[in-house]
Amino acid sequence: MIATPLAGYLLVAALVFAIGLAGALTRRNAILVLIGIELMLNAANLNLIAFWRYGPHPEAMTGMMFAIFSIAVAAAEAAVGLGLVISIYRHAKTTDLDQINRMKG
Amino acid sequence: MGIAFYIISALTVCGGLAAVLLKNTVHCALALTVAFAGLALLFLRLDAQFAGFAQILVYIGAVAILVVFAILLTRGSDTPKDGVFSKTWLAGLAIAAAVFSVLGWAVLQAAPWLPHETVAPNVTVNQIGEALMGRYVLPLEIVAVLLTAALVGAVIVAMHEKEGAK
Amino acid sequence: MIDRLDQIFVLLKHWLVGYLPGEWQAAAGVVVSVVVIIGLYPALFALTTVLERKGVGRIQNRLGPNRVGPYGILQPMADGIKSLTKEDIVPRSADAVVHFLAPIVLVVTVFMGFAVLPMGRNMVLVDMDAGLLFYFAMGASTELSVFMAGWSSRNKYSLLGAMRAVAQMISYEVALLLSSVVVVMAAGSLSLVKIVEAQNHYTWGLPHWYIFTPWGLAGFLMYAIAATAETNRSPFDLPEGESELVAGYHTEYSGFKFALFFLGEYVAMFSISGLGSTLFLGGWSAPLAFLTWVPSWIWFFGKLLVSMCVFIWLRGTLPRLRQDQLMNFAWKFVLPMCLLNLFVVALWRFIGDGWLRWLVCSAILVLAYVGIGWEGMSRKRLGARSYRYAD
Repeated sequence: MIATPLAGYLLVAALVFAIGLAGALTRRNAILVLIGIELMLNAANLNLIAFWRYGPHPEAMTGMMFAIFSIAVAAAEAAVGLGLVISIYRHAKTTDLDQINRMKG
Repeated sequence: MGIAFYIISALTVCGGLAAVLLKNTVHCALALTVAFAGLALLFLRLDAQFAGFAQILVYIGAVAILVVFAILLTRGSDTPKDGVFSKTWLAGLAIAAAVFSVLGWAVLQAAPWLPHETVAPNVTVNQIGEALMGRYVLPLEIVAVLLTAALVGAVIVAMHEKEGAK
Repeated sequence: MIDRLDQIFVLLKHWLVGYLPGEWQAAAGVVVSVVVIIGLYPALFALTTVLERKGVGRIQNRLGPNRVGPYGILQPMADGIKSLTKEDIVPRSADAVVHFLAPIVLVVTVFMGFAVLPMGRNMVLVDMDAGLLFYFAMGASTELSVFMAGWSSRNKYSLLGAMRAVAQMISYEVALLLSSVVVVMAAGSLSLVKIVEAQNHYTWGLPHWYIFTPWGLAGFLMYAIAATAETNRSPFDLPEGESELVAGYHTEYSGFKFALFFLGEYVAMFSISGLGSTLFLGGWSAPLAFLTWVPSWIWFFGKLLVSMCVFIWLRGTLPRLRQDQLMNFAWKFVLPMCLLNLFVVALWRFIGDGWLRWLVCSAILVLAYVGIGWEGMSRKRLGARSYRYAD
């Protein structure tokens, strides 16, 4: 089996990042924006681990440690973000971001 | 490239696409779970077993359930009347396409100079533990404080406000 | 000869696989092991359903099923034929794809957990370095299938049951993980094979099982509570309480899909009992030094069956806990005791060998248990126990 080149993993990560970004920028529901953000964070993790594996010193584990800390921080951020979304829903009775525009203009 | 890599990548990308394109929000959350699982499999292919299992445990076991709970608590399962994409969807799509083209161009330009696959690093959990307690002890403690702050903060932000009589 | 009896399944596998050419042998070995696991545990499930119905029936002062075979032994066959031939009703407003996938996801993730359990000497499917982490990762994925089942049925009772079940499972997941971390701290490895080998030593004929240490006993009790709650068994079975929610999250399932949920629940019980006996009861090691001639897999499956009998006993005996009672219990009692247990096991290793560590660790745990229990009960105003008779 021919080994997968690093470029393959980087392209997949870039694609998932772009999909997450598109989701975060185009959807109305606040929770779907958060879903897009989670996809972006995951794509960055994939990038980190791919570079760790193909890099010069994989036994130093820097890439994997970074990815593990990133997973932990992303979980914390998801919790706080979803708490905020719930709180906003209680106030504005909707999660539609196009309608939460009181500070506009 | 191995066939397994293609299959897992296709699964991940399709999961991601479904997560941002579907109308029903709960279906989006479930597709997100499929994307997470695909990414965990890619981590396993890259010999990062600890990161792969941690990804399954944290993302699928906790974050996905959190997202689903939030969707149910905010009545996200009702489809809005004016469609699910915002009015400025074209601009968002253009920006995402631009970002992908820049990243893709950078990767393809650098492809001949990227390093090739080395021998698989034999990373034991023992070594990870020693690294976490040795070289990375400061980030570990800071992440612990961060998680505690996030826990307390999320509870306070989402708590019911007691305003006089219920 | 004893050695060969102990390794009989491994030898059988090598003999079967030897018929194939060299480069296919490893893959074929894995396939044979997987087929055996997929065949064995549903067979044990069939045996357990009879055991449960007879056992719970006897506890409730009635006979269980006794029509189908001698003493009702063939009841699972009747149940199997029934569930396979029943009409598979899917509600019209149900979400068809998710409704179909939920039992499949449950059964797949539950069976994946068996990949790391050592069922005997040299009888583990994959000896992973981070085996325990893999097991818990698979356990965490089962919660998602419960939610999928409840939500896709578009039924208020199902959704309510699913939400309760998921809330209960995530609360007790924390307790399960923390009570297993003490074993990891004592054994120094996440690999289940190494954990069993660390317990396979004998002093004065008694084994070094972790349950025979103060922190091990506390950890085992909390693991048992958390395991009962994770598999939604009584007394934590409010999510599927028949008198409350029809059948909870599997209300709208009939026929084979319901049988799959049932199978998933029981196989999850086997899996979690197997892990509990691996972590605390020494896995496949014999209880007394002079009994090591008995094959290791007999000990493992014996401990598994004893755990199942304890589960059945608990179901027949204890009343059901209310949702807020079980959440309070998880977060306000089990979690602090688990955290204290982590501290105690560190102290155990720090103090070193001797009687002092037994005294100190037992004292800390007993005082904490009594203290938290007293403090929890002091707020309740319970009257004296009274009895009412039927005359």
